[in-house]
Amino acid sequence: MVKKNFIYIACLAALSGVKAFAQETVYPAPAQQKALLLTNATIHVGNGQVIENGSIAFANGKITAVGANAQGEAGAQVIDLQGQHVYPGIIAPASSLGLTEVEAVRSTNDYSEVGELNPSVRALVAYNTDSKVINTLRSNGILLAQTVPEGGMLSGTSSVVQLDAWNWEDAAYKSDDGQHLYMPQLLPSSNPFRAAQQTPARDRVKEALEKIEQLRAFLREAQAYAQESKHAETNLKFEALRKLFTKEQKLYIHCNLVKEILLGIDIAKEFGFDAVIVGGADSWLVADILKQQRIPVILAQPHSLPVTQDDDVDQPYKTAAQLQKAGVLFCISNEGFWQQRNLMFEAGTASAYGLTKEEALSAVTLNTAKILGIDKVTGSLEVGKDANIAVSAGDILDMKSNKVTHAFIQGREVNLDNKQKQLYERYKYKYGLK
Amino acid sequence: MEQPSVPIPTVVRSRRIKIIYLLFAWLLAGAYAKAQETFPVNGVSDPREGCFALTHATIVKDAATTLQDATLVIRDGRIINVGPGAAIPKDAVVIDCKGKYIYPSFVDIYSDYGTQAVKRSSGGFRAPPQFLSNTKGAFGWNQAIKSEVQAASIFKTDEAKAKTLRQAGFGTVLTHQQDGIARGTGALVTLADEKENKVVIREKASAQYSFDKGSSTQNYPGSLMGAIALLRQTYLDAQWYKNRPAKEGVNLSLQAWNDVQSLPQIFEAGDKWDVLRADKIGDEFGVQYIIKAAGNEYQRIPEMAATKASFILPLNFPQAMDVEDPNDARFVALSDLKQWEMAPAAPAAFEKAGIPFCLTADGMKDMKQFLANVRKAIEYGLTEQKALDALTKVPAALIKADDKVGSLEAGKLANFLVTSGPLFKENTILFHNWVQGKRYVLNEDGWTDIRGTYTLTLSPGATYTILVKGTPVSPALLLLQQQDTLAGTISVDGKLVRLAFPLAKRSSRTLRLSGVLADQGWSGNGQDTSGNAVKWSAAFAKAFAAPADTTKKKTSPDIGKIYYPFNGYGWETLPQQKDILIKNATVWTNEQQGKLENTDVLVRGGKIAQVGKNLPAGNALVIDGTGKHLTPGVIDEHSHIAITRGVNEGTQSVTSEVRIGDVLNPDDINIYRQLSGGVTSSHLLHGSANTIGGQTQLIKLRWGADAEQLKFAGWDPFIKFALGENVKQSNWGESQRSRFPQTRMGVEQVLTDAFTRARDYERQAAGKRRDLELDALVEILNKKRFITCHSYVQSEINMLMHVADTFGFTVNTFTHILEGYKVADKMKQHGAGASTFADWWAYKMEVQDAIAYNASIMSGVGLTVAINSDDAEMARRLNQEAAKSITYGGMAEEDALKMVTLNPAKLLHISDRVGSIKPGKDADLVLWSDHPLSIYAKADKTIVDGIVYFDRERDLELRKRIAAERNRLIQKMLGEKKKGAPVQKAKPTKDDLWNCEDMESGHQHSIINGDDEQ
Repeated sequence: MVKKNFIYIACLAALSGVKAFAQETVYPAPAQQKALLLTNATIHVGNGQVIENGSIAFANGKITAVGANAQGEAGAQVIDLQGQHVYPGIIAPASSLGLTEVEAVRSTNDYSEVGELNPSVRALVAYNTDSKVINTLRSNGILLAQTVPEGGMLSGTSSVVQLDAWNWEDAAYKSDDGQHLYMPQLLPSSNPFRAAQQTPARDRVKEALEKIEQLRAFLREAQAYAQESKHAETNLKFEALRKLFTKEQKLYIHCNLVKEILLGIDIAKEFGFDAVIVGGADSWLVADILKQQRIPVILAQPHSLPVTQDDDVDQPYKTAAQLQKAGVLFCISNEGFWQQRNLMFEAGTASAYGLTKEEALSAVTLNTAKILGIDKVTGSLEVGKDANIAVSAGDILDMKSNKVTHAFIQGREVNLDNKQKQLYERYKYKYGLK
Repeated sequence: MEQPSVPIPTVVRSRRIKIIYLLFAWLLAGAYAKAQETFPVNGVSDPREGCFALTHATIVKDAATTLQDATLVIRDGRIINVGPGAAIPKDAVVIDCKGKYIYPSFVDIYSDYGTQAVKRSSGGFRAPPQFLSNTKGAFGWNQAIKSEVQAASIFKTDEAKAKTLRQAGFGTVLTHQQDGIARGTGALVTLADEKENKVVIREKASAQYSFDKGSSTQNYPGSLMGAIALLRQTYLDAQWYKNRPAKEGVNLSLQAWNDVQSLPQIFEAGDKWDVLRADKIGDEFGVQYIIKAAGNEYQRIPEMAATKASFILPLNFPQAMDVEDPNDARFVALSDLKQWEMAPAAPAAFEKAGIPFCLTADGMKDMKQFLANVRKAIEYGLTEQKALDALTKVPAALIKADDKVGSLEAGKLANFLVTSGPLFKENTILFHNWVQGKRYVLNEDGWTDIRGTYTLTLSPGATYTILVKGTPVSPALLLLQQQDTLAGTISVDGKLVRLAFPLAKRSSRTLRLSGVLADQGWSGNGQDTSGNAVKWSAAFAKAFAAPADTTKKKTSPDIGKIYYPFNGYGWETLPQQKDILIKNATVWTNEQQGKLENTDVLVRGGKIAQVGKNLPAGNALVIDGTGKHLTPGVIDEHSHIAITRGVNEGTQSVTSEVRIGDVLNPDDINIYRQLSGGVTSSHLLHGSANTIGGQTQLIKLRWGADAEQLKFAGWDPFIKFALGENVKQSNWGESQRSRFPQTRMGVEQVLTDAFTRARDYERQAAGKRRDLELDALVEILNKKRFITCHSYVQSEINMLMHVADTFGFTVNTFTHILEGYKVADKMKQHGAGASTFADWWAYKMEVQDAIAYNASIMSGVGLTVAINSDDAEMARRLNQEAAKSITYGGMAEEDALKMVTLNPAKLLHISDRVGSIKPGKDADLVLWSDHPLSIYAKADKTIVDGIVYFDRERDLELRKRIAAERNRLIQKMLGEKKKGAPVQKAKPTKDDLWNCEDMESGHQHSIINGDDEQ
């Protein structure tokens, strides 16, 4: 009990900023030393299961027990959560986290490379663990992210990172998990005036289709190249694609409209890729096809405007539920980097429009882990998985009650302080506010 | 045998025809033109008076007067006599028009005939700024004001274009250079193939305007509201210039502006709302414009009628689209599908409403379609008489040229059409279009109707009976024998004819004859079926009995209903106020009594009448609120929805003259979408591209209302200011480095300079030049207009308050204000309020210190704090954004809700009307399915002024209606394609979607509004 109280005090101190350290002195936590047992909590496993008044134990970074009466390892430190909610750490897929710091300042932007075909480019090496944005995500319960390159058509590989690290090597959770293909938009220009001004008049759909054909030609050469292990002249681009053909990497196909999705699936089929649709604003129109082809979807944020003015006003809010109903494996994403801290509220909205709360939770935890290929080690609170855990005083999916009090990454208790909390303290101090 | 009814009179008079043919050859060579007195002649002069008499015609003098068997006499390009008994001068060339109709040629008063399209020479988004006009000469400051341009001076006849217009039936057009906002004068010209000097019949016939700056490379105006402001200011400047103020020097643009004011004023509108915008400017300056319409005005007929304007309606009806591919058709909005179906009914709608209008060929891609489209408009309900009026007399009268053209009367120009029958009948042929007394043959074929039975004699050979049938234009030949009727061919080329037919059934041999259509009959030579030479003649035996016209009179096609607004989610009839009783809800009053459980709210006459328990319903519509929450409507302090063609007039650092209220777009789907998120009022702001932006507009989301009815009546006017990176163009690229200011130091100077000028201006004596920019600033100085200022960092916030203190006014609201928490105490002292984002940051340098606790701190210090959207998507869930302050800073729930209801009302000075649930206030309410600050809450019903504008159940009905109506129209379009009608590619519909600044990642970008510039 003494220890438990101590932790409470430390935690409160961190929250109230009595120590008033700058973010520079928010240290990444060392590896889990002591076994922990969180008790008296509502445990949202992430797979749909909810354990009321349950406990969860973890040691050496791994979950050792979960359940109504789960016991910790001998000598485990016990934390009484007094009815709080325990969730798997939330995972932000398809983000530019750590690749940009100030969007309008070009020198801080490292997410978009020049050139159409850059499969050898790696996002991981540019991931900045010292970004001030990262801590604002952790404090809302987001503990893992996929950091993704953009630019051109084939933009390179993403990696999954954990959000408490000294450098990108420490951060790497799954390195180079997949290639990113940005499909050219297959939508004609609707401005005939502007189209007519261009000489010769441009047909954007035709141009896009030509680009896609060029990509296929490129992939065919890469496929042939991959048949031979040794080449007199090494082609780094083709080398970078080898794991795509062996399915060690996934192909993330960023697109929104039906024709783009269908062509994306077709590319995946031609080359036997393990493909994922990213975006998928119109995926609800082809949910059955996605289900049949077993193509998962990283769905763009529900907090979006409908694609057309005739669409149902709540279409983006309910797309997730439509995919769920059709049996498509999907997870929910949010655009950008700083915006990620609202990711679980995107899931909350999807829940208001048709998902159950636990399905909505899965859409930012277990489903995401499955799609990113990390579900063996994370995504749910199951024995043997990494202890990636967020504790919230209230419903984590609702902004009015999301209040993260503890977070653990691989069993390490993460400091929940961030620059914004520190500035909050600074000015509460100035005005004498409580 | 008498031949009065025989349709071959011209054969009898063929000698005259020959002469006419010769004449016509001269016409084409251009030698006939009576030379102008001052012009030298190369060769022997050839003066002619061109006297013609067209006899025995059905003459339609105007739509109301038709003369039978009448004569039209012309001389020197004018009509000298018209009537059944008109005397034929001895020197007249007589043309027998028996069976023919004569109409006045059409008049088009919206044309650019003979002017050159003006190309924009440079400019563009990435070009360096151009602050002043590039026009050479002592003209005004703005390149889009081209009052000095005179169509008559730049006009050059263009025979190729004239020909296509004549073929469509036009004889006269009012042409002007379609470039710029003030476009100078239009010239009334005929379409004769003559020297410019002869065809210009009125050199200054109109003054022309639009909202489109055209080829101007100058930055200002960069938006529709800027164009409107420029027009207003120019009206004022021109007035002022009448006294030749020495300060101005010579300003030929203003001089010309004044000179053309007495002419008919024609305004080109871009759509139905533009019509109302133009008319409003006209009303302000005592001008009644003639409106050149865009084609969707029928969607708002009552508003159009209220303008009292006359309209020039286009007939370039949209082509059907190829909607076979459902994935393409998806992006065509129902509003565009409906526009395709309904556009041809526009003239009929104007006629029905009694709105004066004429028709124009402007915008027609294929002039051959013009008359077809007139006929289509008639099929859709336009009367033939009105159609003819709208093509002749009305346009002529509108520009006061009905003394010259538009009807067939002595003294007017000899501009007329000779047709085979009633003009608007489907198969009627236009034979001639006479312009200024000269005949232009549109169709030669069919003038002479050779149809009938003939006796054909071959020599050597037998005698046969042949029947010429078919149509006058394409006759067909039959050989009539005892048993058989054998088909042959006949081909007429002017006076030459050839015949070919077999003499026996199943014979492979053909008799071939060639010859001339002579007075006495037809004759010539040929070869018989064996190849032997023959000569032949044919004598007329019997007239052709045309089969009765079996074509059914077309009934007006069925078309869908007009929606208000014209959008899939629009109303078929606008909703009416009703008394409403919301029963047994949890009522968040925002008043002292706080949150009331199991409470009723009675709405009467659009106001909240009573709040209490177990209120009697009376006649009120009862809405069960059990388990639901009722809150005041959400008020968005910072919105950019429902704005047309530009939210920023960011081309100068001070643009206080522009007004968002001028450019409302009541059709914006985001109004409806935001109602679905509980928004009832939105403060529509100018963008943040310049320091002193434009005047803002507060609206209520009365979906279906027009622009004026959207406006929140009786509010205190506001204006948008901005500070920081946007106004100093920090993120605009290397080419934008010359507009002052480029630093926050300069921003202070822009403000100080503007208010100093305003103060000095206010003190100037009467007779000063009225300056709309300074008028708005004087209003701020006098506390008649209030500022909402886009701002981020503490230094600039502090600076603006100092400037305001110096000039003795208060900054009403700082918007965005992401570092407000750093200077909240100073803001409190100054008296400013704050309207902020819940948690945006990191999108640019000046938001690095933005924190999600900002609202909580500012509230804690005692500021009035609102949470705004600045974003069409986020505005749909401002309740959630407010809820974030519960998490970030522990704000009380009721206080959080106030940040999107009562507090913005206070900031906007309307908290006596809206923002809380209190008897006497406007019934702007939202019934939520759940706790209103919860992510799980949906707005079930959104009520504005006691009218349920959004109802989740009705919304489901609308979805069904949209699906059904879309399918009906898509099937109809597919039918068009199947019929072989030309179709265009399916064209995605795009919406205006604006936000304050385009550099921010937080803003929602529409997927289908992608950037076309790339």
